[in-house]
Amino acid sequence: MAYSDKVLDHYSNPRNVGSLDKSSQEVGTGLVGAPECGDVMKLQIKVNPQTNIIEDAKFKTFGCGSAIASSSLATEWVKGKTVDEALQIKNTEIVKELSLPPVKIHCSVLAEDAIRAAIHDWKKKQDVSKPATVEAR
Amino acid sequence: MSTDVKSIPLGEEKLQQRKSERQKFEQQTTSANGIKLPIYMDNHATTPMDPRVLEEMLPYFMEKFGNAASRNHSFGWVGEEGVETARERVAKLIGATTKEIIFTSGATESDNLAIKGVAEMYKEKGNHIITAVTEHKAVLDTCKRLEKYGYRVTYMPVQKDGLVDLDELKRTLNDKTILVTIMAANNEIGVLQPIAEIGKLCRERGVIFHSDATQAVGKIPIDVTKQNIDVMSISAHKMYGPKGVGALYVRRKNPRVQISAIIDGGGHERGMRSGTLNVPGIVGLGKACAICMEEMPKESCHLAGMRNRLRDKIMGGLDEVYINGSWEHRLPGNLNISFAYVEGESLLMGINDIAVSSGSACTSATLEPSYVLKALGTGDDLAHSSIRFGIGRFNTEAEVDYVAERVVETVSRLRELSPLYEMAKEGVDLKNVKWAAE
Repeated sequence: MAYSDKVLDHYSNPRNVGSLDKSSQEVGTGLVGAPECGDVMKLQIKVNPQTNIIEDAKFKTFGCGSAIASSSLATEWVKGKTVDEALQIKNTEIVKELSLPPVKIHCSVLAEDAIRAAIHDWKKKQDVSKPATVEAR
Repeated sequence: MSTDVKSIPLGEEKLQQRKSERQKFEQQTTSANGIKLPIYMDNHATTPMDPRVLEEMLPYFMEKFGNAASRNHSFGWVGEEGVETARERVAKLIGATTKEIIFTSGATESDNLAIKGVAEMYKEKGNHIITAVTEHKAVLDTCKRLEKYGYRVTYMPVQKDGLVDLDELKRTLNDKTILVTIMAANNEIGVLQPIAEIGKLCRERGVIFHSDATQAVGKIPIDVTKQNIDVMSISAHKMYGPKGVGALYVRRKNPRVQISAIIDGGGHERGMRSGTLNVPGIVGLGKACAICMEEMPKESCHLAGMRNRLRDKIMGGLDEVYINGSWEHRLPGNLNISFAYVEGESLLMGINDIAVSSGSACTSATLEPSYVLKALGTGDDLAHSSIRFGIGRFNTEAEVDYVAERVVETVSRLRELSPLYEMAKEGVDLKNVKWAAE
């Protein structure tokens, strides 16, 4: 398998590896893929509730080099964006940036899914928290 | 391992890409402790040629170029002499007689010739063939083709350790069974089948027994008489000989086995395989067999020692490492292990100064993990995490130590990156997780 220099770079020096407190109200967690398929990505975002800006992002990935690079790149890209902006990230942009070959496109799809899943999880927390706070009064 | 070889002409762009990859690979020269990199540890895929083999072959390209079938002049006789010496050496290594050795282009052709040749010759007797799910594609795909022509094929499952269940084989044999084809040693997991027992069973039932012994010949003792093998495939390039040459053993008596040719022509090789003989290749195969015959006892001990050292060093440095297939019934140079929570291709990428294979889907063209590991009941997740180490004649202990060190270091790094490892450490049972992609 041929890897682009960018994939090799992300593989050797992955950005933003780690975990955020998944129980935190400000953190959204996306876990996509399955071990049987050879790819699992966990992508987490920490969002500022006032500005909706993603202030931090972390990932961990079980998968091939392209999967690791796609998720590493995704964390770089979402950081500093608002959640709505982050939702605009398309897998095709990841493919282009990393020069992924056709057999590795699913890695970029998974990274896009991971971003969406993390945002979805964060949004769910915000929706739940609002009425709960009202009731508590 | 799950090398799905699709040898198609490459486009210009692809060729350039391969070239630059190769250059990158070759740039890695020497490691800190004086080991020459990259290290080749994929000896089940192919072996480097032994210099002694090359030396024996060289005269047969220029001076001794004659066609072994030319009966009227010394050029032909010299070629024939080279071929016949090789035939004796091959026969001697496996306990056969010279008339029982048919030279071919390699084990894939030998498997095709054996299976199709027996099926055709014995079709009046029956139409049932038995094989196992872990066989090489050269056997499986040949059997699949025969199914199209009306043959019935039973693909026997294997046990957790990769071995065929003899009782099940007994039950599977029937009046219509004409052929059992079971490999001697598996190319991925190195597991040795009980071929002597299978041979005995087949002999009792009057069924022909073919064994694809590509990985076994020259590595472990094989005796076609003691093991009741009727037809057997042999390859040169798995035992430090040249590529593109192999042999098929076909029993001549007790019982006499006949096969139909699949390549017709000048009637070479007793009519079983027409085509001008590849004299230099055959001479190389013969020499490779002679060296193996001589050095096998010592070499197998040495290889097993290095293999065990590799296992011990890896297992000493990492938890949750699983050996695939029987440990006891295994080729001396084979180690096939799964590193839980780490995907195989990413591991290969991390140890790119070491040439090994993975059962991961990502390394095959089909995106399916190794069918051999799946047949053992290894979960797809662990199949994706597997690496095959093939230690050979030219590997050294220093290389083994280097490989172990690199593997431990890379797996540890990738586990720090793995959400599965994190979840497992937190006590999450990964089997109970509802995965989004399922």
